[in-house]
Amino acid sequence: MSRQSNRTTDSKKMNAELFTLTYGALVTQLCKDYENDEEVNKQLDKMGYNIGVRLIEDFLARSSVGRCQDFRETADVIAKVAFKMYLGITPSVTNWSPAGDEFSLILESNPLVDFVELPDNHSSLVYSNLLCGVLRGALEMVQMAVDVKFAQDTLRGDNITEIRMKFIKRIEENLPAGDE
Amino acid sequence: MADDVLFEFLHMEMVSHIYKDQASRGEMDKDRATCVSTLEGMGFRVGQGLIERFTKDSPSFKDDLDVMKFICKDFWINVFRKQIDNLRTNHQGTYVLQDNKFALLTQFSSGKQYLEEAPKYLAYSCGLVRGALSNLGMDCVVTAEISLMASCKFQVVIQKI
Repeated sequence: MSRQSNRTTDSKKMNAELFTLTYGALVTQLCKDYENDEEVNKQLDKMGYNIGVRLIEDFLARSSVGRCQDFRETADVIAKVAFKMYLGITPSVTNWSPAGDEFSLILESNPLVDFVELPDNHSSLVYSNLLCGVLRGALEMVQMAVDVKFAQDTLRGDNITEIRMKFIKRIEENLPAGDE
Repeated sequence: MADDVLFEFLHMEMVSHIYKDQASRGEMDKDRATCVSTLEGMGFRVGQGLIERFTKDSPSFKDDLDVMKFICKDFWINVFRKQIDNLRTNHQGTYVLQDNKFALLTQFSSGKQYLEEAPKYLAYSCGLVRGALSNLGMDCVVTAEISLMASCKFQVVIQKI
């Protein structure tokens, strides 16, 4: 029985490695297909967006989080529930702008970059850009337009990984033409 | 640790991207084959890496059948969260692994509607198996076929030089 439980923790870890390695293979393939890093970053963001619009459904179904009252609550849910559920890490929420519409997520560790080193000729590649797209896509499905980007990245020599999120506007639900 | 569902979403998006990309580049005659080989190639590299991590502490395998049993049980459980349901062999280097509820296909409808599209979603997994076996010293060709949704057969043919 104890051997069984050993297997399950191992298999969780192995699944994490499967995800990390698959992501690595994907970025490698994109670098081969597109000539410059900017294009790769854009593609990663687009793919992340497509994943995010679906991931939000999975998230809402599995967590019992209700509607967030404001952007601060949204930030807390993202850091403490979503990141914990999907990546097993809890980033800290800091650096709020005075208007309360911008904040930073500080990640102590980033599971996507296990085993990864950026070669010199890819210095402007934002390796984990998929995350930005995922956050953007997921929040758009809950009526928030946000701008997400990496402010600091350990792969590019910074000490920590920092994601900067800015609230742009609330997306109004559009009724189809002809409805009153 | 990354959640299981993340891999499924990433895999879906990868397949979609590779096919969209190929279509936009406009080379119709070789599109399907290139997409499949791109995905398979990605799986190959990942399979090699994964098997190194899985087996670094285990003793070496007695023979090919032992390796295949490992793939069917431990490897499949770790990657797809279940075992292979049926392993058949002709004892001459060909093995057929049958999975009746393949994890990457269960989200499709279980009727015939997407049967034609389903092979796209198997290419990466074929590569995973081929990469894993390659790093265990077995060069092989892995193909997959589906007759009924979510149930698929992976055929492994060991190349003897």
